[in-house]
Amino acid sequence: MTQTTASALGPTAARGSAPSGKPYDFSRKYWVFAVPATVIILAVIVFPWLFTVFMSAGDWKIGGGVEFVGLDNFRTLFADERFRDSMRITFIFTVLAVVIPVALGTAAALVFHSEFPFRGVLRTIFVMPMMATPVAVSLVWKMMFHPQLGVLNYILSLFGIPPSAWVFSPETVIPTLVMVEVWHWTPLVMLILLGGLAGLPKEPYESAVIDGANGWHMFRFITLPLLWPYIMIALIIRTIDALKVFDIIFVISEGGPGTASETLNIFLYLQAFQFYKIGYASAVVVIFFGIIVALSLLLLYTRQKSKWNA
Amino acid sequence: MTTLTLKRAAAKTGFALSVFVLVSPAILVFLWMLSLSFKNEVDNTAWPPVFIPNPPTLDNYVQVFAKNNFLLYLWNSILVTGGAVIVGLLVGVPAGYGIARSKSAKFAILILIARMTPALSYLVPLFIAFQWLGLVGTHAALLITHLVITIPIIVWIMIGYFENIPAELEDAALVDGCTPWQSFRYVAVPLARPGIVVGSILAFIFSWNNFIFSVVLGGKSTRTLPSAIYNVLTFEQISWGPLAAAALLVTLPVLLLTVIAQREIVAGLSAGGLKDG
Repeated sequence: MTQTTASALGPTAARGSAPSGKPYDFSRKYWVFAVPATVIILAVIVFPWLFTVFMSAGDWKIGGGVEFVGLDNFRTLFADERFRDSMRITFIFTVLAVVIPVALGTAAALVFHSEFPFRGVLRTIFVMPMMATPVAVSLVWKMMFHPQLGVLNYILSLFGIPPSAWVFSPETVIPTLVMVEVWHWTPLVMLILLGGLAGLPKEPYESAVIDGANGWHMFRFITLPLLWPYIMIALIIRTIDALKVFDIIFVISEGGPGTASETLNIFLYLQAFQFYKIGYASAVVVIFFGIIVALSLLLLYTRQKSKWNA
Repeated sequence: MTTLTLKRAAAKTGFALSVFVLVSPAILVFLWMLSLSFKNEVDNTAWPPVFIPNPPTLDNYVQVFAKNNFLLYLWNSILVTGGAVIVGLLVGVPAGYGIARSKSAKFAILILIARMTPALSYLVPLFIAFQWLGLVGTHAALLITHLVITIPIIVWIMIGYFENIPAELEDAALVDGCTPWQSFRYVAVPLARPGIVVGSILAFIFSWNNFIFSVVLGGKSTRTLPSAIYNVLTFEQISWGPLAAAALLVTLPVLLLTVIAQREIVAGLSAGGLKDG
């Protein structure tokens, strides 16, 4: 299942003729089925992309006037201290929110791959954070982070650990938000890798057992190399998702304290809908979009490569 | 012999411990949410915190429904998400079929990039467009914007499912005199039903959970639940009980769906391997 979608894109997709030897000539009509979706996609997806590029070259006055300014928005952007700071914050957040969930998710996948009582129920519980409405759980996290009355500081006190300021201090806000993101999205990594583990061949393990390999050796020299394409996919998907994070930061810290947790997405939101600098915000979107397209193509490349190797 | 059993017992305990460490953060946040929503205000702000509501109270839930237009927001969410999923299915299932059968790689890449693009970046141009059209604050604007979520996920999942259905069956139908539409409608669609289920569930969840579209495009009376609990409840009442109750009610449909349809969700996510924009 995991790899089927890639075959639409791969060289293997070129199916020649039916087993009966009768050549297909139906393929020309099939695009008709995609017409309604194409119309909508052009209107709500492709048009916004192109329109954003157009908008990024203009200075949009609140009254409705537009002044063409070329690349000025981009020049101002790269000189903007706040933008560069948001890039730095996004980078730190992304690195942490990719590495930790992928490491934990790999461990979780190995755990859930083995048989144990109540596995189905426990897996469902483990997957629940990923599906929960981000705003709803973020509000609960925010209550738990309360410096005086929050349950987390109480739990820390049980272990004799001094209370943390959580999201209310510039030093701890990013690690705290990363913790929420890890809680939220480790299950997705687990699911991707669980799919990978399910497809692994049994033979290498059997011969390794005969050769007297221990559990760690089998993980290090058999599971990890075979699983690597899936880990790569998980890494790229996590990177894209971590770059896109918005809801939890917007609800829990609102980019603060000060601008301590103002990631690219929060910066973009504030420029567009708080300060109404439409042209400026569009320039941010264009840069953002470039990063996402590059990562998406990397993802496609990785999926195909893993298909060829498999 | 005894060291071996000891070792085995230690390994078992370690394994159980790792399962516990993995699962407990997930369950604890939801349990705390539940606890907050069933406690009165005094217990919710008590120190040390009260964990088990004693006695449990429904006041918070009553307050959510009595003091807020919760049912209106619920209706908005149903309308927007329901509409976006239905339109998504109507155009997305045939599109997935067309792309899978014509092996249009470029179209598939377009869908993938659409799926990966941050929701917020669609919002800036669409906001301007809806302003021109005078649609900001209407259900229509929200529904149209939610298509950005539902169409790519449905198309992407359907491509995968239709590819797994042998084209020979449809060819046979064509030879027997079916039109291409009939061979799609009566041969391919019934076979792809599991994919349609997976696609609708995931599209529903991601659309239901969307927050930012409604923050920007929703009006006072048209906003969906996630932006309503953020805007209305957080600003008008700081008390934790009703807020937790509202948060639980908002995410409950999605959690129930996850529990009921976890097999389909797992299949869909490991197939698509992608989450919401």
